[in-house]
Amino acid sequence: MSVRNEPAITPELVKEHGLTPDEYQRVLAILGRTPTYTELGVFSVMWSEHCSYKSSRAFLGRFPTRGPRVLQGPGENAGVVDIGHGWALAFKMESHNHPSYIEPYQGAATGVGGIMRDVFTMGARPIANLNLLRFGRPEHPKTPYLLDRVVAGIAGYGNCMGVPTVGGELFFDGSYDSNCLVNAMTVGLLRADRIFRGNASGPGNAVLYVGSKTGRDGIHGATMASEAFGEGSEEKRPTVQVGDPFTEKLLLEACLELMEKDIIIGIQDMGAAGLTSSSCEMAGRAGTGVELNLERVPMRETGMTPYELMLSESQERMLMVVKQGGEEEARAVFQKWDLDAEVVGRVTSDGMLRARWHGEVVAEIPAREISDQAPEYERPRSRPRYLDETAKLDESSIPVPSDLNATLVRLLGSPNLCSRRWVWRQYDHQVMVGTVEGPGGGAAVVRLPQTGTGVALTAGCNSRYVFLDPRLGGCIAVAECARNISCTGATPIALTDCLNFGSPENPEVLWTFVEAIEGVSEASEKLDIPVVSGNVSFYNETSGSAVFPTPAIGMVGVMEDVTRAIGIGFSQAGMRVALIGQFRPQAGGSEYLAAIHGKTAGTPPALDLAAEARVQSLVRKLAGDGLLKAAQDVSDGGVAVALAEMCLRPGQPMGVTVRLPGPAASRPDVLLFGETQSSILIAFAPEMEAAVRAAASSADVLFVPLGMTGGAKLVIEGLIDAPLDHLRDAHENGLKKVLEHSRAGAA
Amino acid sequence: MKAKVYVTLKNGVLDPQGKAVEHALHSLGFSEAGEVRLGKFIEVQLSGTDRAAAAERVRQMCEQLLANTIIENYRYEIE
Amino acid sequence: MKTAVVVFPGSNCDRDIYHVCRHVMRWSTEFVWHKETTLPAGTDLVILPGGFSYGDYLRSGAIARFSAIMSAVKSHADRGGAVIGVCNGFQILTESGLLPGALCRNRDLKFICAPVGLRVENAGSIVTRAYRAGERIRMPIAHADGCYQAGEETLKRLEGEGRVLFRYVDEAGEPSERGNPNGSLHNIAGVLNDRGNVAGLMPHPERCAETILGSTDGRRFFESLVK
Repeated sequence: MSVRNEPAITPELVKEHGLTPDEYQRVLAILGRTPTYTELGVFSVMWSEHCSYKSSRAFLGRFPTRGPRVLQGPGENAGVVDIGHGWALAFKMESHNHPSYIEPYQGAATGVGGIMRDVFTMGARPIANLNLLRFGRPEHPKTPYLLDRVVAGIAGYGNCMGVPTVGGELFFDGSYDSNCLVNAMTVGLLRADRIFRGNASGPGNAVLYVGSKTGRDGIHGATMASEAFGEGSEEKRPTVQVGDPFTEKLLLEACLELMEKDIIIGIQDMGAAGLTSSSCEMAGRAGTGVELNLERVPMRETGMTPYELMLSESQERMLMVVKQGGEEEARAVFQKWDLDAEVVGRVTSDGMLRARWHGEVVAEIPAREISDQAPEYERPRSRPRYLDETAKLDESSIPVPSDLNATLVRLLGSPNLCSRRWVWRQYDHQVMVGTVEGPGGGAAVVRLPQTGTGVALTAGCNSRYVFLDPRLGGCIAVAECARNISCTGATPIALTDCLNFGSPENPEVLWTFVEAIEGVSEASEKLDIPVVSGNVSFYNETSGSAVFPTPAIGMVGVMEDVTRAIGIGFSQAGMRVALIGQFRPQAGGSEYLAAIHGKTAGTPPALDLAAEARVQSLVRKLAGDGLLKAAQDVSDGGVAVALAEMCLRPGQPMGVTVRLPGPAASRPDVLLFGETQSSILIAFAPEMEAAVRAAASSADVLFVPLGMTGGAKLVIEGLIDAPLDHLRDAHENGLKKVLEHSRAGAA
Repeated sequence: MKAKVYVTLKNGVLDPQGKAVEHALHSLGFSEAGEVRLGKFIEVQLSGTDRAAAAERVRQMCEQLLANTIIENYRYEIE
Repeated sequence: MKTAVVVFPGSNCDRDIYHVCRHVMRWSTEFVWHKETTLPAGTDLVILPGGFSYGDYLRSGAIARFSAIMSAVKSHADRGGAVIGVCNGFQILTESGLLPGALCRNRDLKFICAPVGLRVENAGSIVTRAYRAGERIRMPIAHADGCYQAGEETLKRLEGEGRVLFRYVDEAGEPSERGNPNGSLHNIAGVLNDRGNVAGLMPHPERCAETILGSTDGRRFFESLVK
């Protein structure tokens, strides 16, 4: 088959398309002939790492994905879980790392736009956004610029859409100097019996293109996301897509309106690899074929070719299959919202993805084979040598700071522990009038006015832990998210992951990848929180230097009575403060060790998943019984930072005086700032103490009374005595200092 | 024909974007840069051949939509 | 109270205001699509909600004011009917000339979502009757273009005629530079038209009208309308 005016297929052209000789042989075998130029483009994007998961697929099956609440597991646009009362949540997290490094505002904005489309294609109205951000060292010249523009991009898109950004995580480390991470998560609400899927069934049904017109933007974006950065990557700007949140808002409303009618068979976002992947995947899932008439695709630029139309990654577009005869009804809805909607093809029964250009066939590929026959690699793995080095930590070589108060102030103002208010003040976190607990705490809580219930949401990952012990780090990432959700009183029910790693062709990177999956899976099983969606982002490395392995976790939880939701702040004086669970602070892997002593070393704190499950279940019970005023886990920065955050959280800070347990011989710095697992600080009214103690004892969880709230200081007897306004200044101004590096850098 | 429309903030109206650019120019060493004012540049393709009529229509476009005359000035060229 | 909430393309606080009017205030409330040319029969109150009408791509509110429904809104106001604009709705009201002044980019160029202190300047208006004059309240703001600007003459009239509804204030209750989140002239957060039936403000009363959301300071804004 040959097509007029298309370049001839040469070995160079095949190579430029990122296909290996073996992969090209597969293409020839599937087609039984030389591909056309358009077909070569289709295989190139569909078999890119980004779309095919060719290096990761072999390992992703490890994730536990089933559970009584799971209505849709991995493999669709988003996962869906039942939250009772006839409702469900659809959610997913996705990376937009490479585009955000090249053009941070648009990269981050379109990342947010893409994940919201993934969620509303399931029939869900997005009710909350979260994000997980990673940047290089604060003093790196690009860091302040990337931080400023990424945050502005997320805000620009999410705010315009009217979806609150309620939480997230921000972390700085030198390993992200040349590869920032921008992971965006969206949670949507839908009727449990009204789930839409990306399915092109029913030959004869119409394939409808809706949304923005197609331009040349983003051609080969998916291929770009599948390459490591080298010199010159910053010159790749022309492939950057520009987001149009206004159009997406119209698309959201129009799609939800159309979904009320009974004419949509299937729907899918045209995200990475655009028309190609949406049509292939929809046909592939249904076992049908799709025939497209590319000249009917609404175009923004003149002279576009079939190749470009198939590969464009223009944003804010959807592909829909509607019942034959329903075309006009669908078109009318889109017209109401001033959106383009064109019938660009039909579902067929021959299983072929066929694209025509003014009648001439320019591509004809068996749709299912593109994914079924996609290459899959089980590349070599080896345990990284650095682990032997980092595991050696001689605590006695770490000097104990002479002024613990000053150390606390430094930690609270340090880039990884200081207040993120500067970030989330730019996100509309209250639109939709559902935000009960917003950003700045552990997990966010959003009420569902339809039922009076609440959902708790969080995203996080201690990537330093994963670096130091990939399996344990993966385990802890899940446990900490679940703990944050439990601290609000909600029960964690499902998670999504976004696995950000270096090149899978590096055996050491692949080893950490597989170990991290094992850790995430283990915790997911033991804590009974299935994985319902996920995303893999490889090649986060530059010139051979990879980011910290970062299996970001996004998690959702539910609570029956949202008025029982607990925050982290000490809101009243005279409250008792206690610790439940284990308390075994250690220096290894801690933020304290990194921020104060400049060391990334040791191994993460031990985690006993059974003990973890017990303490989480206890805190949920206490909250549900209305016994608690506040709860927060002890994590990075240790118990001193956790207490300081609880003091500083309310609009009007509230002091506390506590005495810490611990052998007299132990190091005071490790006691205060060391990190531990399965440890939760709680506050409650004095008259509740007996009930709290009894509940802890019957749950077989250690209960340690610490002290009482009141005053305007944080006092940890014998160790810390600090006025809150002093702590607050440090905490609130930490990020400003990071941002000011840019001015200094420019001068 | 083509209209080129320039919309700028009136003198005296706070222009934080202009201020930010001015500050950045100074920190890049362009100490000769004085006050910076940021505005919008809008190109409108026009049908017809009567320049005078076109100019009048463009003026109406500016008055009604392209500029907010409470805070903005405008000028235009017809090419 | 029969309420019409106008939905422009890009409105995103329409459902929030609807929720408060319908489920908290228990008013008869309807959405009205911007392409309509008339308001529902018997409409008492028209609300222009917050959001990013037409993406706010040219200027906030600049395009929405040409929507078909706006002639009906103007006629309603001309007949003395109540019209309220919140955030983007306020921007649309100033762009369409129903309220004086204009709303420009925030002083620090950033979108700001935060609770702010407000002082009730005029406690006799249709939207402030349930507050006490000089009372200090808190409401959230969420905008990038909330810096209120107006000519000196206009400001003098607004001040002289008691048409400044709310002013941004600091913790001490003073309309200081520090208490001013966006650079608004005279710390103005909301204004009234000369006839007293059209009100606009940047803060979001609908986001603080229920206990579960942490504050009910905004609830009296709505209660004023039926007082």
